[in-house]
Amino acid sequence: MSTPLMSTPTPSVVEAIKAASRRLRGTLVESLADPLTGSIAEADTHLIKFHGSYQQDDRDLRDERRLQKLEPDYSFMIRTRLPGGVVTPQQWLKLDAIATNFANGTLRLTTRQAFQFHGVIKRELKSTLRAINNALIDTVAACGDVNRNVLVAANPQQSQAHAAVYAYARQISELFLPATRAYYEIWLDEKKVAGNGEEVEPIYGSNYLPRKFKIAFAVPPVNDVDVFANDLGFIGIVENGVLLGFNVTAGGGLGATHGDANTYPRLADVLGFITPGQAVAVAEAVVTAQRDFGNRSDRKRARLKYTIDDRGPGWFKAEVERRAGFSFAPVRAFGFEHNGDRFGWTEGEDRRWHLTLRIEAGRIADHDGAPHLKGLREIAKVHRGEFRLTPNQNLVIANVAQTERAQIESLVTTHGLDGYLYSTPLRLNALACVALPTCALAMAEAERYLPQLLLKLEELLERHSLSDTPIGLRISGCPNGCSRPYLGEIALVGKAPGRYNLMLGADARGQRLNTLYRENIDEAQILHALEPLLASYARQRFSGEAFGDFLLRTGVVAPKARAAIAIESETTT
Amino acid sequence: MSAEPIRTLVPLPEEKTGLLLRLVDGLDQAALQWLSGYAAGLATQAPLHPRETPALAAVESSPQQQLTIVFGSQTGNAKRLAETLARDAEGSGLAVRLLRADAYPLRELKSERLLYVVISTQGDGDPPDDARGFVEFLSGKRAPQLAELKFAVLGLGDSSYAKFCVTGAEIDARLSELGATRLFARGEADVDLDTVAKPWLQRALTSARETLKSSLPSATVTPLRPSRAAVVWTRERPFAAEVLINQRISSRAASKDIRHIELSLAESGLSYEPGDALGVWPTNPPELVDAIVAVTGLDARTAVAHDEQDLPLADWLLTKRELTRLSRPFVVAHAARAGNADLDTAIATPDAFARLLADFQVIDLLHTFSAAWDAQELIAALRPLTPRLYSIASSLKAVDDEAHLTVAPVDYAAFGRNHVGAASHFLSNRQIDGKVPVFIEANERFRLPQDTSRDVIMIGPGTGVAPFRGFLQERIAVGAKGKSWLFFGNPHFRNDFLYQIEWQRALKRGELHKLDLAFSRDQAHKVYVQHNIRRRGRELYAWLENGAHVYVCGDATHMAKDVHAALRDVIVEHGRRSQEDAEGYLTRLAADRRYARDLY
Ligand code: SRM
Ligand SMILES: Cc1cc2nc3c(=O)[nH]c(=O)nc-3n(C[C@H](O)[C@H](O)[C@H](O)COP(=O)(O)OP(=O)(O)OC[C@H]3O[C@@H](n4cnc5c(N)ncnc54)[C@H](O)[C@@H]3O)c2cc1C
Ligand SMILES: Cc1cc2nc3c(=O)[nH]c(=O)nc-3n(C[C@H](O)[C@H](O)[C@H](O)COP(=O)(O)O)c2cc1C
Ligand code: SF4
Repeated sequence: MSTPLMSTPTPSVVEAIKAASRRLRGTLVESLADPLTGSIAEADTHLIKFHGSYQQDDRDLRDERRLQKLEPDYSFMIRTRLPGGVVTPQQWLKLDAIATNFANGTLRLTTRQAFQFHGVIKRELKSTLRAINNALIDTVAACGDVNRNVLVAANPQQSQAHAAVYAYARQISELFLPATRAYYEIWLDEKKVAGNGEEVEPIYGSNYLPRKFKIAFAVPPVNDVDVFANDLGFIGIVENGVLLGFNVTAGGGLGATHGDANTYPRLADVLGFITPGQAVAVAEAVVTAQRDFGNRSDRKRARLKYTIDDRGPGWFKAEVERRAGFSFAPVRAFGFEHNGDRFGWTEGEDRRWHLTLRIEAGRIADHDGAPHLKGLREIAKVHRGEFRLTPNQNLVIANVAQTERAQIESLVTTHGLDGYLYSTPLRLNALACVALPTCALAMAEAERYLPQLLLKLEELLERHSLSDTPIGLRISGCPNGCSRPYLGEIALVGKAPGRYNLMLGADARGQRLNTLYRENIDEAQILHALEPLLASYARQRFSGEAFGDFLLRTGVVAPKARAAIAIESETTT
Repeated sequence: MSAEPIRTLVPLPEEKTGLLLRLVDGLDQAALQWLSGYAAGLATQAPLHPRETPALAAVESSPQQQLTIVFGSQTGNAKRLAETLARDAEGSGLAVRLLRADAYPLRELKSERLLYVVISTQGDGDPPDDARGFVEFLSGKRAPQLAELKFAVLGLGDSSYAKFCVTGAEIDARLSELGATRLFARGEADVDLDTVAKPWLQRALTSARETLKSSLPSATVTPLRPSRAAVVWTRERPFAAEVLINQRISSRAASKDIRHIELSLAESGLSYEPGDALGVWPTNPPELVDAIVAVTGLDARTAVAHDEQDLPLADWLLTKRELTRLSRPFVVAHAARAGNADLDTAIATPDAFARLLADFQVIDLLHTFSAAWDAQELIAALRPLTPRLYSIASSLKAVDDEAHLTVAPVDYAAFGRNHVGAASHFLSNRQIDGKVPVFIEANERFRLPQDTSRDVIMIGPGTGVAPFRGFLQERIAVGAKGKSWLFFGNPHFRNDFLYQIEWQRALKRGELHKLDLAFSRDQAHKVYVQHNIRRRGRELYAWLENGAHVYVCGDATHMAKDVHAALRDVIVEHGRRSQEDAEGYLTRLAADRRYARDLY
């Protein structure tokens, strides 16, 4: 048996921190109690991620405060663990209260179906986490080098299949929870058991994973979860409402570093088909293989995608099969139509109704004339189904009886939540990551820039009579790609304040990466670059041809090697 | 599926892992990166001395024979190149010191003889974070003339950015503008660093060898201070100090706009000790002068001769008379003219008179009780302007010929008008370059212990903290062995933690030993410094018994009394004394100059 890690170079600093952390405890308790700073000890900033929180600071104020001889305005972002993004109205009301009492008055829906709170100060961090747990939601492993929030197709229509897939997602989410009691001790005052601090981590081991790990469950024909962007994916194969099993994908991931060719976005490989009962074993096999073979010295090269590229997909598949104790069956045919959401009311197989609302950049706040936070609070007070967060930062008011539609609809209208009715497809499908002012890694604006950019692009589309054509726009404040920009037909990836790389030519189904078209350009240059392309698209496209596909066909962008999922048959079974 | 391979990941014995963790705890990114580079250097058997730490910056050789390399780096490129250069230069026998820009003691720039700067450009043509202060200083007006300096600059950048390598270019141009001699042309390294960097580094090494070999030990002795100016500046003859910095130091969310003001005493011959105050002669707000002229119906240009001076009315009001503080004689004189029954009653009732003096400024009195004044009589009746005192928040040993102040604004609404305090308003609104008439007000009763091994306890909430900034600078500069303990308080941690990053840095470096904070409005119940004094009573008493000196500065009306009572309680409780004995204990401390207060 190979022991590949024996020969690896020095482990990264984070590895040492994890190893010595007494199972993620570190000095968090001391850090929280330190009254001299709003921050926590450097080593603890790595550990707190495993508890679902990031130390941040208001970057708008950073320079100003430095001159004021004040430390940065530290605060904490908190992310929930919420497989499939499902919450009850009762939970919603509690989360809403937390946003108002402890955070910056907003709820942020993420691209991985979670809630984020921003701006919680250290002194109130513990109370906030307690309040979240009080809503029967936790934040364990929402961040850190572990399995993250498991995505599940929002998919309200296929209720039976959704329920089946959702059950597996939950099971896997629980399976990969760290065993340490650190979270419960530090935040929820659980009594320490004797000899604690070295709990056995049966799956993760003492160093946890080399890097974050992401799992998604997709249900064709919609690829809202962008399954190929995940380390591990399960594509549900459903026949007559029955879940037959999954095609398994592995090695997806989008993060990259500007100017470092060793890092790149990569779409997952499709390994083969398994029955539902085999899902857990496969998941464990993939995660433990990554645990044992992932790169622990260079965090930029530590995701599963690099492990697979470094050792070869053939080796990887064999390793997974060896660990799982069975082989994959041949890939089943499947087909994705798009990776967006289905807005408005839809009726499920079970005759229940679902309303998908557009939430711009996932930010729920009380805007002038559009009190969204309040509106959803009012809805939560009367709604009897559940809320589902979509992987595209939107919100489904799910499971509404026919008789209750009117009431919900009127609350939606009076609180200005009915934007989905009036928006261009461009606006409906646009994604923007958080970026400034909270994200420590942002190089340019994203969420805050989206509204302005949309207006300009809408103007451009209108000039070319393309207002009704769906075009996928995604903007990220840096190359980490949190809004999955490399899968956008048009994408902006931040490089410096006001400057972006313009990426073009992804398909609208999450199966083909886009390509760099112009580097490091500003808004005027972006619009200038897009104008002629949109003009010729308007004139020369085939019927139903998507913008990304058109750019590829006409040679505006060249296809990248290994940048598209090769799927033999495009028809669903 | 065993987890065995993972254990081997940390190839350190357990106790070393613990040490590593303690070592890295609290280090910032730059330090961590440096550390990893250091370890990597060790691993390749190329020992590199950790010269980046300030302690090691003290190279035995004088600046004349030494090469200083300063780098500014965001992602480590410039740092790596600078380290290479340092290693090579050291290898060829030169005395080298290598410093990250934010660790560079800016005061030493003027005595520098050979300087290389390796710096990248970030953001949209901005300096890297670690070099912001350095660049600000260089480009600012306080940058010294550098006629004796030889230098060269290597800029790093990425030519896909509009502002390619501009930071390097700016520094290069500025050094030359300050009179320094450019040894050879600036390098501009693109993302393919070595193409430009390699030859530049080679050139830098050669030039350094030549320059340092040829420089003879300086034969002249440069005096540490400029020779004493002929004029002696006093209260009556204040020095016009130039404003170097006027910086808000409470956050934008804070209710008070607290200012940190740095004044230049250069060429004045003025010097001070920590604990001294600076006297400031304000100019009254021009709007207030206008308002007074308007309400009295006088002509601002009217010449008024008084006290052997002949000035227009407006000038009298601006610079010679108190307008923001009311005096008894003026109220009496005004009442005589106003013939107002209410005012007459107020004057006749001691309580009411006191309240009137506290609540009214001159303008309020003129508005509320109208009376006729002529210019001459008005100037004769108004009280002459008096200077205000501000604790000096610096030590000459740390800031050269500057004096720093911490100024709280007096700013309130009354009688439907905004009111300000003359001096705090004047200071807060001074522009850089503006002049402030100042003098030194010595305070022999508020002095650090002569014996620097004594501990000091400093209690200074609000702007009361000002002198303690000077105290600490002094104790650091003289290498005091005694410990320092600061009690500070203000409304909010996030907004009003005055000089927060300076205290944090001092704590981290072991220069300040204890810091107790009371942010009154951060929790449901109010917490003040006196609460912390009581809470930490046992230890505080032990310090006192061990010979510590106690200092209290700031608000005289409430704080000083509350703190005094808290100290007495501590002595009662932990010294097992009666109230009277505890009071006697404090009296003795004061007599021994170990309990000193500076209150206002
Ligand atoms: C909130 C969210 C974006 C959003 O607008 O919705 C987000 C926000 C952040 N991401 Fe992300 N990521 C989010 C989805 C993603 C995705 C999309 C996805 O998973 O489908 C990706 C690309 C897929 C992938 O992982 O490859 C993504 C790739 C990254 C990376 C790059 C990882 C890499 O392998 O290189 C980082 C940086 C890192 O890990 O070092 C990052 C780091 C971050 C951090 C935590 C910044 C940090 O490390 O300091 C951002 C916090 C910003 C803030 O102020 O809130 N985030 N991040 C998404 C939260 C998901 C969740 O609920 O768990
Ligand atoms: C030794 C010493 C050290 C000092 N150190 C400092 C220091 O470090 N920092 C610092 O900021 N100050 C310090 N002071 C105080 C300083 O000298 C001034 O007194 C202060 O800045 C106010 O002066 P001013 O000219 O701005 O206001 P003035 O013009 O003197 O006063 C304005 C008038 O407004 C009145 N007033 C003020 N507030 C209100 C209110 N809310 N409602 C109604 N009336 C009000 C006052 O009674 C006064 O009559 C120190 C004082 C001393 C004696
Ligand atoms: C966000 C960002 C902004 C940048 N802006 C500029 C720029 O305006 N001009 C430039 O010449 N280089 C720019 N660069 C490139 C860097 O200067 C270059 O990568 C350099 O090698 C970094 O050196 P360092 O690691 O020492 O900081 C930028 C890099 C980043 C990451
Ligand atoms: S893409 Fe970059 S800027 Fe945007 S949230 Fe992710 S890490 Fe931050």
